[in-house]
Amino acid sequence: MSLRLHGVRVPLARFSLEIDAIFDRPIAGIFGPSGAGKTSLLDVIAGLRRPVTGTMQLDDTVLFDPSARLDLPPRLRRIGYVPQDLALFPHLNVRANLLYGYRRSTPENELITLGHVAEVMEIAPLLERSVTTLSGGEQQRVALARAILSTPLLLLLDEPMSNLDSRLKQRLIPFLLRIRDEFHIPLIYVTHDAAELTALCDEVIMLESGRLTERGSPADVLP
Amino acid sequence: MTAEAWKIVFFTIEVSALSTLLILPIGIAVAWLIARRDWPGKAVVETVAMLPLFVPPVATGLLLLMFFGRRGPLGSVLQRGLGIEIVFTWRAVVLACAVMSFPLLVRTAQSAFQEVNTRFEDVARTLGANEWRVFGTISLPLAMRGIVAGAVLAFARAMGEFGATAVVAGMIPRKTMTISLSIYQNVQLGRDSAALPLLFVSVVIVFITVLCGQIISMCKHPR
Repeated sequence: MSLRLHGVRVPLARFSLEIDAIFDRPIAGIFGPSGAGKTSLLDVIAGLRRPVTGTMQLDDTVLFDPSARLDLPPRLRRIGYVPQDLALFPHLNVRANLLYGYRRSTPENELITLGHVAEVMEIAPLLERSVTTLSGGEQQRVALARAILSTPLLLLLDEPMSNLDSRLKQRLIPFLLRIRDEFHIPLIYVTHDAAELTALCDEVIMLESGRLTERGSPADVLP
Repeated sequence: MTAEAWKIVFFTIEVSALSTLLILPIGIAVAWLIARRDWPGKAVVETVAMLPLFVPPVATGLLLLMFFGRRGPLGSVLQRGLGIEIVFTWRAVVLACAVMSFPLLVRTAQSAFQEVNTRFEDVARTLGANEWRVFGTISLPLAMRGIVAGAVLAFARAMGEFGATAVVAGMIPRKTMTISLSIYQNVQLGRDSAALPLLFVSVVIVFITVLCGQIISMCKHPR
């Protein structure tokens, strides 16, 4: 997977997000203080926020190119997104949430079936439950499973562990690694927790006031 | 209560229910467009939708009479094209009730749509849903309680409609006579004893209806 952002500019409230970057590692972390533009960057990649200039390309698919009047809608980008608040649909049970975006597995990713994903994420016993009755950790795993089942080419995770205590964080990390190892879905992982990045990421990108200031291995970049 | 009075009660319930059903699809569409989209003329449409709340009902009735009368721009087309007569028929009662209760439905449904967390809709898009599916499976179900509460209020408003109905439909016995018109006519003619049962029945019906609306709108739904 290779996601290329060239000259992408998005006006935000206090500054502009200006990004030139290539994401081509299995798990790339975006690190930065609150209000640095991390969530806005994910929104732009997912197609939920429109840049004023720049181009974006995911492998051979052009996602955004204003000169060609091309702005691929989110539903056609095949980019999964787990937002910070998870956005599990409260009127649907776990099974219906999981199947909402289910695409039948493709030959190159035939492991992505409801049964297998539910088993890997250890949510099989929860399928008939209402999502509002789940614990924080269970909700996180359901949100991840729902995104995986849409067979994305790339998965965006916005501070997925921000609401969990340290014990639950430690429990969730293996699940995130399984997304990479078992389902071969690359991740872009946003957080402001250095420990999470060290445990998970192959590469870390530092974002401050809308600009990439540093990139490298977690050991090189993180304070 | 006489058989004639019961007929008036049932006729009023019928036209109120019909007018509510008629405005539901339009009201939901207008409410959603106001709540979720920016478009030229939005403020004008929003204001027009609210006008019946503030314009004197008799003036609204006069406007309807001018538009839907035999010589009116819409009335003449309906008369000549489809052979449908509006004014001084039961259709005029439905029309007046629909116009007068429309703002209540739109205002309540608009608030309901605005309370739906946009993240649910965003995530649905990233899961492959087009705009129609997002509306039908996320926005509408999550706003449903507010919409039902709005419909109940619209029905209650239609039950009590008087001024516009009197102008555009008249007070024709066994043809356009509603509870409100009948109470007014009976009081005018000094037949208070005939008006009182209708007064009691209308208060009971509207009380139950509004109470149902309150209960529905008080029910918490996670958004």
